[in-house]
Amino acid sequence: MKTESRLEKVLASGAMAVTSEVGPPRGVDPEIVRKKANMIKDHVDGINVTDNQTAMVRMSSMAAGIIIKQMGLDPIIQMVTRDRNRLAMQSEVIGAAAFGIDTMLCLSGDHPKFGDHPMAKAVYDIDSVQLIKAVKDMRDEGKFQGGADMKAPPKMFIGAAANPFADPFELRVMRLAKKVKAGVDFVQTQCIFNLEKFEEWMKGVEDRGLDKQVHVLAGITPMKSVGMARYMKNRVPGMDVPDEVIKRLAGVSKEQQPEEGIKIAVESMERLKEIKGVHGFHIMAIEWEERVAEIVEKAGMYPRPQV
Amino acid sequence: MENYEPEIVAFCCHYCAYTAADMAGSKRISYPANVKIIRVPCTGKVDAIHIMKALEKGADGVYVAGCLEGDCHFKTGNARARLRVARVQKILEDLGWEKERVAMINMSAGMGERFAKTAFEFTEKIKSLGPNPISQGKIEVQAVS
Amino acid sequence: MITAEQKPMQEIIQYLAPYSKILLVGCNECVTVCAAGGRKEVGLLASALHLNSLKQGKTIDIKEITLERQCDPEYVEELTSYIDAADAVLSMSCGCGVQTIATRFKQAHVYPAVNTKFMGASLSQGVWAERCQGCGDCMLGITAGICPVSRCSKSLLNGPCGGTSNGQCEIGPETDCAWRLIWERLKELGIEGRYEALVDAKDWRPAGGAGPRKIIREDLAL
Repeated sequence: MKTESRLEKVLASGAMAVTSEVGPPRGVDPEIVRKKANMIKDHVDGINVTDNQTAMVRMSSMAAGIIIKQMGLDPIIQMVTRDRNRLAMQSEVIGAAAFGIDTMLCLSGDHPKFGDHPMAKAVYDIDSVQLIKAVKDMRDEGKFQGGADMKAPPKMFIGAAANPFADPFELRVMRLAKKVKAGVDFVQTQCIFNLEKFEEWMKGVEDRGLDKQVHVLAGITPMKSVGMARYMKNRVPGMDVPDEVIKRLAGVSKEQQPEEGIKIAVESMERLKEIKGVHGFHIMAIEWEERVAEIVEKAGMYPRPQV
Repeated sequence: MENYEPEIVAFCCHYCAYTAADMAGSKRISYPANVKIIRVPCTGKVDAIHIMKALEKGADGVYVAGCLEGDCHFKTGNARARLRVARVQKILEDLGWEKERVAMINMSAGMGERFAKTAFEFTEKIKSLGPNPISQGKIEVQAVS
Repeated sequence: MITAEQKPMQEIIQYLAPYSKILLVGCNECVTVCAAGGRKEVGLLASALHLNSLKQGKTIDIKEITLERQCDPEYVEELTSYIDAADAVLSMSCGCGVQTIATRFKQAHVYPAVNTKFMGASLSQGVWAERCQGCGDCMLGITAGICPVSRCSKSLLNGPCGGTSNGQCEIGPETDCAWRLIWERLKELGIEGRYEALVDAKDWRPAGGAGPRKIIREDLAL
């Protein structure tokens, strides 16, 4: 075991893992974090804490992660290279580890253009692959990026994102290979709606033997409505929502659409479970945390293993 | 300002608008004496600075009259002129002036009546806008180097 | 070249409000090529400033001069004979020229008339695009001649982020994904294997991270 991460232990046991996420509030109230975490805590092995998602200012992922950690739960703090340089990121990893946080996700982050501070200068001192390497260098070599040795290195189980659906498709397996080479332990994928394309990507992942080097958690997002499906198809960069999904949601009444959305999510999970390299799921229920438990149960993944 | 007679400069392409003006003359179609014609070999020869200088020297309105789109004797001279007129319009807007004081007009050599009609219309438009704003400066416009 | 665009007219007018004798200085280099501050633009801006002051019943005396190269003290020296007659200098060159004038003429009130934009290349007449950020450690040799520092919106060095759609950057369809372009070109050249080499975190010192940059060529600095 590289770390104390519960996610690492679950994955090492050979069980399918489940993670989900909590978006920190745009204010100081810690109760919001606790409430959201409590909704999902019994049904997941780790709770992602987003980092200024969609480039909107929120409570920092580390602070919200600490709140969750202090509840006795297992936060996975996300860290985007957009907002900090390598000094700030290394110090934050150390700080998070000092509070017992043992799992994180290295991301490049949405461009500031999308958020509420489009006038901000994006940092991008390093990219997500380099951040993976930086955290691994600290953990395994006890080295800072500047080359100095460190005392008491942070023991982080290192995650990253993978988007099998963004262009160019043929590069996407190689992109994962690069993250593996940099030292990533697990990846959570973009929301999967186009299962054929995901299967094609996973085949490429297996062909290169990457599934033996990295745990792939398949990204699942239940659609609340046909409107949300259309929005994600047309407006969210790098998202692949096939017309069949939209048709299926449009085919039921507005009141029935949330149920249909959850049904689609559960069916997707059933099918994705059959793929050899898929080692779990990451459920991104956008402002819909209250339904995560139900999705996990319907997919037959409850109770969670005790490790 | 009532009954004021504006001074208007028309840069006219030799191959179309200038010939059209000639035709208007020979057909005895009258057009306002306010319009002073400057013959150019092609409207592509008219640069933004020429339009600006005309305004600086007191012209109340300036238009560039070139061949119909696609019919330029030099292929794209009139298209370039259109962009330059637009550029001057932008400068006027930035200064808080009426951009309608400058215009691009297209016609063919045979359109004597159109020449006269546009001369009338442009003169009327400039009359409605009033004199060149520099007249508000209440000073003699000095020759500018 | 260095690209620039004229500042909003009202900003220029505001700068010049206290002055009546202006030395308006263009530059024959980059800003001439990108039509922001060459001789023609100097003439047009002078004319616009004249119109503006004539309307207000004022006269403004504008001396127009376009130097060979405003970022070079040798050429800026040519302003010596005009500088004393001017209340203010309005420079239409990039920021380098403005500063060269300000350095040479300690007493002169110098103002920029353009916004210096980026180092770019001409794509077609009237269209320029950013191509270099002067990072001081050129990577084009490993990225098939397409720069990820200046052309990827996030300056990612190890491949595209997850936001690429239809080959375009997530910031908008008018921006090509630099990594899509790099990948396509690597393939065309038959060297796509290079993509998988990990690129280390960049040393930004040569890019300005170590403070303002300077080049000293001992063999030339007499």
